[in-house]
Amino acid sequence: MSASFKAHHLLGIKDLHLDDIQLIFQTADNFKEVINRPIKKVPSLRDVTIVNLFFENSTRTRISFELAEKRLSADVLNFSASASSVSKGETLVDTVKNILAMKVDMVVMRHPMAGASMFLSRHIHAQIINAGDGTHEHPTQALLDAYSIREKTGSLKNVKVVIVGDILHSRVALSNILLLQRLGAKVMVCGPLTLIPKYIEELGVKVETDIRKALQWCDVANMLRIQMERQDIRYFPTLREYILQYGVSKQLLETVNKKIIIMHPGPINRGVEITSDVADSNQSIILDQVENGVAIRMAVLYLLAGKKATA
Amino acid sequence: MKTKLFLDKEQFQLTISRLCYQLIENHFPFNNTVFIGLQPRGTLLAERIHKILNKTTGVSELKTGSLDITFFRDDFRRRENIPVASETNIDFIIENKKVVLIDDVLFTGRTIRAGLDAMLSFGRPEKVELMVLIDRRFARHLPIEPDYTGKTIDTRSSDKVKVTWKETDGEDGVWLLTDNDNQPQPVKKK
Repeated sequence: MSASFKAHHLLGIKDLHLDDIQLIFQTADNFKEVINRPIKKVPSLRDVTIVNLFFENSTRTRISFELAEKRLSADVLNFSASASSVSKGETLVDTVKNILAMKVDMVVMRHPMAGASMFLSRHIHAQIINAGDGTHEHPTQALLDAYSIREKTGSLKNVKVVIVGDILHSRVALSNILLLQRLGAKVMVCGPLTLIPKYIEELGVKVETDIRKALQWCDVANMLRIQMERQDIRYFPTLREYILQYGVSKQLLETVNKKIIIMHPGPINRGVEITSDVADSNQSIILDQVENGVAIRMAVLYLLAGKKATA
Repeated sequence: MKTKLFLDKEQFQLTISRLCYQLIENHFPFNNTVFIGLQPRGTLLAERIHKILNKTTGVSELKTGSLDITFFRDDFRRRENIPVASETNIDFIIENKKVVLIDDVLFTGRTIRAGLDAMLSFGRPEKVELMVLIDRRFARHLPIEPDYTGKTIDTRSSDKVKVTWKETDGEDGVWLLTDNDNQPQPVKKK
């Protein structure tokens, strides 16, 4: 059997076709079985070289991508901006063109500026996977989140998902909203109004400032981290006040008379957005998300690389 | 396309029961043997054989799995479309076992080559044998030959051989599909 994958890059969820999304999920099912075998490696990408360009710190995403690449037998180059010529003043396009001149086939990039991967895609032909661009999009995270929900609920149709916390600075939130809605889920955002972007209702999401009401409404709660590093001004008086208003604890969950699925894209600030007893409870699928992340990234890499090589 | 019946229902079932008796001859009581059908169509043969062996010998502990070879193909990035995988389901250990790989049609041998590679992800078997329902002779790209053959058939590379199954297609049978344009034209007498 064979299928066609329409996308040339994975820059964001916005321009991803619904058929492509279904194909990514279907392929991820196969890779999830592969990574649970005694020997977890397949030779599909053995003639592909991939560079991981990280202009911003990352643990989970970088390891997850690197593992996915290695499990597919690709050759992997790791690049972090702090230890490179970028600090000598080289531009993004020059850096990437130089790397590609060494016969690299694909680029996985994280960058602090929104739109960086889109900009790069206009200058190079190699396939690009956006691993997070500023506060814009983080498509593979959204794919693995939706995949993890689908695994628990069977389908995303009419599943109610609330995204809690720092929506303003979160690329995970935007990609999640776009993808979940595309798959038929209902989305709400919840947090202090200062951390919710103006006009977000125009995306068709509900806005709620009371965490209790939000938990009452939802089937799934995706808890985001408060991004201290992106907060140029104070968006709430103190962290303690935020915890009192929006932190999710066991006691709070017990007031809701249904079992909500708890998600977190990591890294967790234990005791801030969720308490340890919630993070480690059987309601939490945080570690399933991490496992699925490798399978989803393998699927994306496999499908993008699968196009007939032109060279 | 011209379609010709190569094996009808009765011949088809006779052939499969012969293959089963060959397996009984070599592997009975199957305590160290496992069967692996290659996805997508070899699994149907493996399931059928499992059922018949189970009925004939009364051995209930037969181990049969299915193996998908998509990620081990040698033509990835060389085709217009991306190959899509099917399910792999091997819930037993193949380490030191005798493995019988099962596929419906053996053609170039490339699928079997990929199957051998894919199988090794599940351990190191003591011995591997190959069973096919149809062997398309003189078409091999690789030095691979079956240990058990249902029927041998001579074809052109542009021909197609289609195996249909009672379970999925309504009736058992093997069909030869020939492209009309490739038919040898009768020599015109002057």
